[in-house]
Amino acid sequence: MKKLINDVDDLLAESLAGFAAAHADIVRLGPERHFVARRERKPGKVALISGGGSGHEPLHVGFVGHGMLDAACPGQVFTSPTPDQMLAAAQAVDGGAGVLFIVKNYSGDMMNFQMAAEMLEQDNATVIVNDDVAVENSTYTTGRRGVAGTLVVEKVVGAAAERGESLAALKALGDAVNKATASMGVALTSCTVPAAGSPTFQIGDHEMELGVGIHGEPGRRRVKLGSADEIAAELTGAILNDLSLRPGAEVLLFVNGFGGTPLLEQYLMVHAAHQVLAGAGVKVVRHLTGSYVTSLEMAGCSITVSALAPEQFALWDAPVHTAALRWGM
Amino acid sequence: MNHLALIRNATQTLIVHVDELTALDQAIGDGDHGLNMKRGAQAIQAKLDELAGQSLNDALRTMGVTCMSTIGGSSGPVFGTLLVTLAKELPASRPDAADLARALDAGIKALTRLGKAEVGQKTLLDVLAPVQQLLAGGGADLVARVRDGAIAAAQATAQMDAIKGRASFLGERAYGHVDPGSRSMALIIAAIVDTLANPSSSTPASAGAP
Repeated sequence: MKKLINDVDDLLAESLAGFAAAHADIVRLGPERHFVARRERKPGKVALISGGGSGHEPLHVGFVGHGMLDAACPGQVFTSPTPDQMLAAAQAVDGGAGVLFIVKNYSGDMMNFQMAAEMLEQDNATVIVNDDVAVENSTYTTGRRGVAGTLVVEKVVGAAAERGESLAALKALGDAVNKATASMGVALTSCTVPAAGSPTFQIGDHEMELGVGIHGEPGRRRVKLGSADEIAAELTGAILNDLSLRPGAEVLLFVNGFGGTPLLEQYLMVHAAHQVLAGAGVKVVRHLTGSYVTSLEMAGCSITVSALAPEQFALWDAPVHTAALRWGM
Repeated sequence: MNHLALIRNATQTLIVHVDELTALDQAIGDGDHGLNMKRGAQAIQAKLDELAGQSLNDALRTMGVTCMSTIGGSSGPVFGTLLVTLAKELPASRPDAADLARALDAGIKALTRLGKAEVGQKTLLDVLAPVQQLLAGGGADLVARVRDGAIAAAQATAQMDAIKGRASFLGERAYGHVDPGSRSMALIIAAIVDTLANPSSSTPASAGAP
């Protein structure tokens, strides 16, 4: 393992300290590093709280700020945070209008956030993000995972919260955006959890993992490495299949790097995804490209398509000022 | 016997086996299980002085809350809920096998509600359920049978398809791999049984696969 580290046990604490220092104008670090909270608060606004394992940076702490999250709870690498963290965050950022949790659909996150929600005295609701089309949903499985589409939910709901929407309206909006959003990823290399010290999975030089999750956990199948066009066709095809969009539909295209794939290749994937979407008569009207929902140093990318409604596109366009996303202000 | 030796050995076995648990989770999950269990075990060991002064029920509750607030992931809520339920359900005075069976049954029900999982789905319920049945049945050599039953039950999860937790994303590729949570549960049970059988032992005996 070759990483920039002092002591593996101090990795998260030191990284969060650096993050808080680098973005001191936007965020502050809570006591015991339980959460990262927005510095400028707005009384009377529903508080948006997310969180999850670390190792996906900038998700979630990088999305704390005006127009997005009020607080994010970072867990250990690839490990859900604890209910204590969510409760501390809720106490710190509650503006009197209730708390909305945005949770990726993984067993650990679900259980810890559920425990926090049960213990919380304030009005609260939870939006569960499950945009990953790689794993089938059924009564007998954990269900679809929450991956890069979480960013879209956090941005759109965050903008609506900034405008003063109610807890019930934000919950409904979050569910609607989640439903309109689908993602699928591919991994070319593994990632190494620092404390584990060895790669999470072995993959040959000429193989790829189709449908990989954001922890390097396996997906649909291991196959021979394809061309960028073939990969884009496979990922985008599965997404279109899931969303069943009509010709003429307008969408946001989000190509997300997993941490080890350069923008040079990510933009190439944007180009490739465009061809597939154009072939289906789908119009890309917004873009986001970059490494926003990562899996440590894993090479690969995910494609997310979000078929937002016109008013939801307006919320996407609304001003945002966070460590990782900033426009309009 | 004081419960301190039980707690020390049940947590120490997780620390000793951290690499094995990590490897199991890397095979079918995301590789954090061993480290999470080690973190929880160390947090409990840091409270040994406090636990020594508590009744068994209070000590179980303290350990459960410690798991919930330090482990995270799925293991925090799962092991935390199990310990808190046992704290609630065990009688205050020296519990026997039948008491343990009743409390464990309540624990299994609580975990079923929490994780929406059932027996046979490659989770630690597949260790707890047969152990609960052995305890409820009683009989000769119960201690040895519980130990061997727990280890064997964890091993048998390799022959199950995962339909809950992160291993579920693997589909049939999870087949053939032991469930890491089941292995942790079996290690804890084996350490408890070994300590009961040999109260002076301070290092957990190796709990190898059968």
